[in-house]
Amino acid sequence: MRRLTRDRLTAILMLSPSLILLAIFVYGFIGQTLYVSLTNWGRDPAQALALQPRLEFVWFENYARLFSGVLESRFRQDLVNLFFFTTFFIAGSLGLGLVFAIALDRDVKGEGFFRTVFLFPFALSFIVTGTVWRWMLQPQGGLNVLPTLVGLPRGDFAWLTSRERIWTFDWRSLPDITAVVIAAVLVLLTVMAWREGRRGRAATLAAAAALLSAWVATGAPGIELLPFPEGRGFNLALVGIIIAAIWQMSGYTMALYLASLRGVPEELRESARIDGGSELQVYRYVVFPLLGPITLSAMIILGHVSLKIFDLIFAMTGPDLATTSVPALLMYIRAFRANQFADGAAIAMVLLLMVATVIIPYLVTSLRGEVRR
Amino acid sequence: MTNRRRPVSTRWIVYLVLVLGALFFLLPVYLVVVTAFKAPADIRLATAWHLPETWHPQSFVIAWEAFAPKLRNSMVLAVSATAIAAVLGSLNGYVLSKWRFRGANVIFPLMLFGMFIPYQAILIPLFGFLRDIGLYGTLQGLVLTHVVYGLPITTLIFRNFYAEIPDEMLEAGKIDGAGFFGLYWWIVFPLSVSGFVVVVIWQFTQIWNEFLFAVTLTRSATEPITVALAQLAGGEAVRWNLPMAGAILAALPTLIIYVVLGRYFIRGLLAGSVKG
Repeated sequence: MRRLTRDRLTAILMLSPSLILLAIFVYGFIGQTLYVSLTNWGRDPAQALALQPRLEFVWFENYARLFSGVLESRFRQDLVNLFFFTTFFIAGSLGLGLVFAIALDRDVKGEGFFRTVFLFPFALSFIVTGTVWRWMLQPQGGLNVLPTLVGLPRGDFAWLTSRERIWTFDWRSLPDITAVVIAAVLVLLTVMAWREGRRGRAATLAAAAALLSAWVATGAPGIELLPFPEGRGFNLALVGIIIAAIWQMSGYTMALYLASLRGVPEELRESARIDGGSELQVYRYVVFPLLGPITLSAMIILGHVSLKIFDLIFAMTGPDLATTSVPALLMYIRAFRANQFADGAAIAMVLLLMVATVIIPYLVTSLRGEVRR
Repeated sequence: MTNRRRPVSTRWIVYLVLVLGALFFLLPVYLVVVTAFKAPADIRLATAWHLPETWHPQSFVIAWEAFAPKLRNSMVLAVSATAIAAVLGSLNGYVLSKWRFRGANVIFPLMLFGMFIPYQAILIPLFGFLRDIGLYGTLQGLVLTHVVYGLPITTLIFRNFYAEIPDEMLEAGKIDGAGFFGLYWWIVFPLSVSGFVVVVIWQFTQIWNEFLFAVTLTRSATEPITVALAQLAGGEAVRWNLPMAGAILAALPTLIIYVVLGRYFIRGLLAGSVKG
C-alpha cells in the first residue's frame, strides 16, 4: 500500500511540470493580456518600448474605441471580413469534403490515389498555399487565363485587388440586425417547444422574441455605435482567399466524413434498399442523419481555424491590405509593427472570447460524453 | 429491385466528381512546377500555363542557397520541439490514463483549452517573458514556445492511445513489483511505437508549418523557412520563379512525410481532429 501511494505521488510529480508550464503560458499570459488591454500601453510612443513602461488603467476604453471609435474603422472592417470569410470557408469546406467523401465511398477504382491528392494540401503550410495561390490569382495570369487554353475568353476578375463590395449595410444597424437574428432564433425555439408540448417554455420564449422585436421596431433606443453612417459589406477581394483556404482544408473534412461513412453499417443501407428506397433516399434518410455529430465537430474545428486565420492572408495579400484584413492580422500589426500593445491586447481578447464561445461547449460536451461511455 | 441498377448508371457522375476534384487540387501544383523551372525572362502572365521553353533548374540552386540556413533553423526547431513534447506528452498521457487522480477531470480540459486559443492572446506577455529571460530572437526560445503549446495535443493523443492498453496488464506488472517507472518502461513504452509515430508526424508538420510565433519571436538569423518564404514572396514585382522554387523546397519535407506515412498522418488528424 505504501508503495502504491509513493507511485501515485510520482505520477502527479511527473505531470506537474507540464501543468505548471501550461498554467503560466496559457492562463497566466491570458491574464496579463487582459491586464494590458485595460491600460494605455502604446498610446504614448515614449513609453511604448520602455523596459518598465508606466501604464495607466483606462478600463474598457480600448474596447469601446474598437467598436465605436470614429477614427478606428479598420477593426470593424476586419470583423465583417472575418464573418464572411468564416461563413463561406466553413460552408465550402464541408460541402466539398462531403461530396468527395461520398464519391470515394462508392467503391471507385484508384481510391488511394484520389484520397492522397485530395488531402495533400493539408500537409502544407498556409504560407506555401498562400504563395502559390497568390500566383494563381494574378489578375493578368493564372486562373484568369486558364479558359484561353481551351479557346474560351479570358477571365477579368481582379481577385485579390478587387475593390468591389456587395451586401453592404450600415455598421450602425448592427444591433438591430443582431436583435432580429436572435428574435428569429427565439421564434424557431418557440415553435419547437410548442410542438413538444412545453407550453410554459414556449410562452417565455415568445415573450422574449416579442420584446426584442419591439425594441427594434422602436428604433433600437439605448445604443448608438457611431454618429454617422459607416458602410460595411462583403469585400470581393476575399473570394480568392476563401478559395485558397477551401483548397487547403476541404481534404480534411473529406477525411473526417470518409471515416464516419465507413462507420455506417452496410446492413443499414442494404435494408433501406430492400425496403424500396432509392439510392438518394438511402443517403437522405439513413446516411446523412448519422453524419450530424461529425459535421458539428468539423464546423467547430474549421470555425476556430477560421477565427485564427492569419498566415494565409499574410502570404496572399500582405499584412497591410485593408480590404482582406482580419482581426488576427490587425492584432499583429498593432502590437508588433506599431507597438500599440494595449490595442493589440484588446483585439486579442475579442478573438479569444469568440474562440472560447465555440470551443468551451465543445470541450465540455465531448469530454462529458467520454465519461458517460 | 430495379433500384439496385441505379448506382451503375450514375457511376460516371462519381468519376466526373473525382476527376474535377483532382484537377482542382493539382492545377496549382502544375503551375508551381512549370513556373519554378522557367527562366525569369520566360515568365509572362499570358503564357503562365505553358511548359517552359527551356528547362531552367537554376532557380532551385539560388533558392537553396538563400533558404539553406532557414531550412536548417526549421529542422532544428521542429525536431527538438517535437522530441521534447512527444516524451512529455507520453508521460502525461500515461499519468492521465493509468494513474487517474481526483481533479483530473477538471485539469485535463483546462490543458486541452491551451491548444485552441488564438495565440495572439498570449503573444504580448510571451514576447516580454522571452525577452526577460534572454531567449527572445533565439531558436531555444522558439523551441520552448512550441514545446509548451504542443503539450496539450501530444498529451491528448497519448492519453487516448494508452486508454486502449488493458489495466490488467499493468496490474500484472504491479504484482511483479514494478513501480511507476518500471510499468512505463517495461509495459507502456514498448507498446507506444505507433503512438509516437502519429505524434511525431503530427507535431513535426505543425511546427514546420507554423508562422505566427516564427514571425514575432525570431530575428533574421534564426527565422524558420515559413518566414523567409513569406518575405521572399511578399515583395512587389517579384520574379515568380524564385518564390515557386522556394515554396517547393519549403513544402517538400512535410509532403514526403505525408506521402510515405499517410496512414499515420490521417490517424493523427482523426485523433487530434485539430489543426492548431
